[in-house]
Amino acid sequence: MEKKTDLLSLSQDTGTMSKKELEASPGYSSKDCLEKGSVVVIECTEEIPCDPCETVCKKGAIVVGDPITNLPRLDPEKCNSCGLCIPICPGLAIFMVDATYSKEEGAVSFPHEYLPLPKEGDDVEAVDRRGKTVCKGKVVKVQSPKGYDHTPVVKVAVPNKYIQEVRGMKRSEKGVE
Amino acid sequence: MAPQNNFRIIEHPILGRMEERKRIAIYVDGKKVFAYEGEPISAALVAAGIKVFRYTSNRDEPRGIFCAIGRCTDCVMTVDGQPNVRTCVTLAEEGMKVETQKGLGKWQKKI
Amino acid sequence: MAKEDLTCELAVVGGGPAGLAAAIEAAKAGVRVSVFDENEKPGGQLFKQIHKFFGSKEHQAGTRGHDIGYYLLDECERVGVDTRLNTVVWGIEEGKIGIIDGKTSKIVDAKRAIIATGASENPLSFPGWTLPGVMGAGACQTMMNAHRVLPGAKVLMVGSGNVGLIVSYQLLLAGAEVVAIVEALPRIGGYVVHAAKLRRAGIPILTSTSILEARGREAVEDATICSLNEDLCPVEGCERILKVDLVCIAVGLSPLAELCWMADCKFKYLSELGGFIPIHDENMRTTLPYLYIAGDVAGVEEASSAIEEGRLAGVAVAEELGYIKEDEAEEEKKNIRNRLSSLRLGPFGDMRARAKLELMRERG
Repeated sequence: MEKKTDLLSLSQDTGTMSKKELEASPGYSSKDCLEKGSVVVIECTEEIPCDPCETVCKKGAIVVGDPITNLPRLDPEKCNSCGLCIPICPGLAIFMVDATYSKEEGAVSFPHEYLPLPKEGDDVEAVDRRGKTVCKGKVVKVQSPKGYDHTPVVKVAVPNKYIQEVRGMKRSEKGVE
Repeated sequence: MAPQNNFRIIEHPILGRMEERKRIAIYVDGKKVFAYEGEPISAALVAAGIKVFRYTSNRDEPRGIFCAIGRCTDCVMTVDGQPNVRTCVTLAEEGMKVETQKGLGKWQKKI
Repeated sequence: MAKEDLTCELAVVGGGPAGLAAAIEAAKAGVRVSVFDENEKPGGQLFKQIHKFFGSKEHQAGTRGHDIGYYLLDECERVGVDTRLNTVVWGIEEGKIGIIDGKTSKIVDAKRAIIATGASENPLSFPGWTLPGVMGAGACQTMMNAHRVLPGAKVLMVGSGNVGLIVSYQLLLAGAEVVAIVEALPRIGGYVVHAAKLRRAGIPILTSTSILEARGREAVEDATICSLNEDLCPVEGCERILKVDLVCIAVGLSPLAELCWMADCKFKYLSELGGFIPIHDENMRTTLPYLYIAGDVAGVEEASSAIEEGRLAGVAVAEELGYIKEDEAEEEKKNIRNRLSSLRLGPFGDMRARAKLELMRERG
C-alpha cells in the first residue's frame, strides 16, 4: 500500500489527482456505492484545515472530525444526495454522480462558476480532470439558488462509462462581455 | 474567450453586474477618455486599452501598472499639471488632464 | 508642519482584516480606538478575495472574503470605531504617530499602537520585467475585482502558490485566457484543489519551468518560458514563446514593516513567514512595550489568521489598558489562540506554526 504522501505527489506535480490517489481517499465513492443511485464524490486528498462540508451536511454523511485537517470521510448510506456540499466546498472539490440516471447514461453534477452559465437542454463537451473532452453531454439541470452563493451546480448526462471521468464541461467561447 | 476591445468587466459570475456609476470624461494627452466617477485613473486607462503611463528619464523605457496599490510608484503620471501622481490610488475627476510623463516630469502649476 | 494633537488610547495603523478585527475587539471593550488607513476604502486586500475561505465555521469557512469584509465593516460601525481614511501614517516614535490627513501633517498621541500594515508582493526581475503588462498577481486581482477592469486578455502566471492559482482562476472568471502557469520548483506550491479546478478548465500548470524574458515594443507582446533542471537553471533548447499581453508575478509576499523598523523593533529573519518579521510575543506585542502587530506584517499567512491575530492584539491592548479583567481576557485569548492553531495545521500550516513559535521564543 503506497504511502499517502507518495500518492499525493502525483497531483502536486500536475494538479490532477490520479485514480489511485482518489480511491485511497475516504471521501471518494467507489464502484459499489455508485450502483445504488445518486451519491456524492469528494475529491479532497490534501490535509488543509477545512470542514464546511461536514458542517453543511444535515445527514452527518460527511465527517471531518478533529483535527480539521482530516480528509473528509463519506458514508454513502447516510447521503441523501441533497447536494448542498457541492457549492459550499471552497476547493470546488465535491461532485455528485448518478449511475442509475438512465439505462445507458449516468449523470454528473459539478460546480461551475463561469459565465455564461449553460441552460437545461444545452449540448456541451464534457471534460475530465485534465480539461480534455471525453464525450458529449447534455445539460439536464442547472441550479443556482441564493444559498449557493454564486456557485452554480450543473448536471450533465453522459454515457455511463464516463461518470468517473467527467468532472466539468468546456467553458463557452463567448466568455464575458 | 477574452473580451475583444472592451476591458471593462460588465458581468462577473461572483461580483454580479457592474453597478450604475456616473460617467465622466478625462483627457489623456489631449484625447477624451471615459471614466467612471470614483474609480482610480489607472482603471480608466486600462479600460481604454492604454498601457504606457510614462517613460523613464535616462533610457526612455515605457512603464505602467505594477503593484496597483500605491506602493511602487511605477504608474505615476502628470495629473492637472502635477507630476508623479500615483494613478492607481488617485481617483479620476471630471475634466482631469492626464499626461504621459517623461522622467520626473515638470511642475506646470503653482502649488 | 502643522502640529495638531490628536489623542486616542489605541492607534491602529492599517484598516485591513487584522486592523479592523483589532479595533473591533478593543472598541467593544470600551477602548477609544482610531484606525488609520491610506486608502479611501478600508478592508485592505480582503475585498479582492472573492473566493470562499477554508477553515471551519468559526473562521467563516465557505464564506467569500469580500463578504467577511462587509461583516467586519458593519461590526466597526456598530461598536463605534473611529476610522480615518485617506490618511498616511508616515512615522512612529515612542507612542507618537505622525499622520498626513489630507494635506496637513499631524501628530497623534496614543497610549498603545497596533501596526497591521500587511505585506507587499515580491518582484521578480527578468529581461523585460519593467514592460507595461508585467505586474504583480495581486495587482491584477485589484484591477479585476476592485476596479472591474481586465489588464490583459492572454495571461502567463508566474508562480503556483495559492496566490498564483487563485488569481489564475479569477482571471478565468473575469473572461481572460490563462495560457499557462509556470512554477520553477518541481511541485505545485499551493493547494492541490486550487490546481485541480484550473486543470479541469484546461489550464496547463508547468512545473520546473520559469519565465526567461518578456518582450514587446511598448508593452508585453510575448514571453519566453523554459524548463529548468534540478539546479533551477534553464535547460538549453527547452524554450517556448507564448503570445501573451499580461505576465502576472506571484512569487510571494513580504511584510510591510517599515514603521516597525522606524520604531526600532527587533526583527528575525524567517523565510517561511516572508522575510524579516518583527519579533512578537503570544499577545502580539513587539519588543517595544507600547507596540503590537497583527496580520501579514507579523508573518505572511492568510486573511483568517490575520483576523485572529488582530483580535488577539485588540484584546491584549484592552486588557493592558484596564478595560477587560485578567481572567476574562485570558479566556478570550485562549479561544483565539486555539482558533489560530487550528488554522496552522497540516503540511502547509505546520511550517508556519513552527516559524511563529521560533519568533515568539525570541521575544521571551
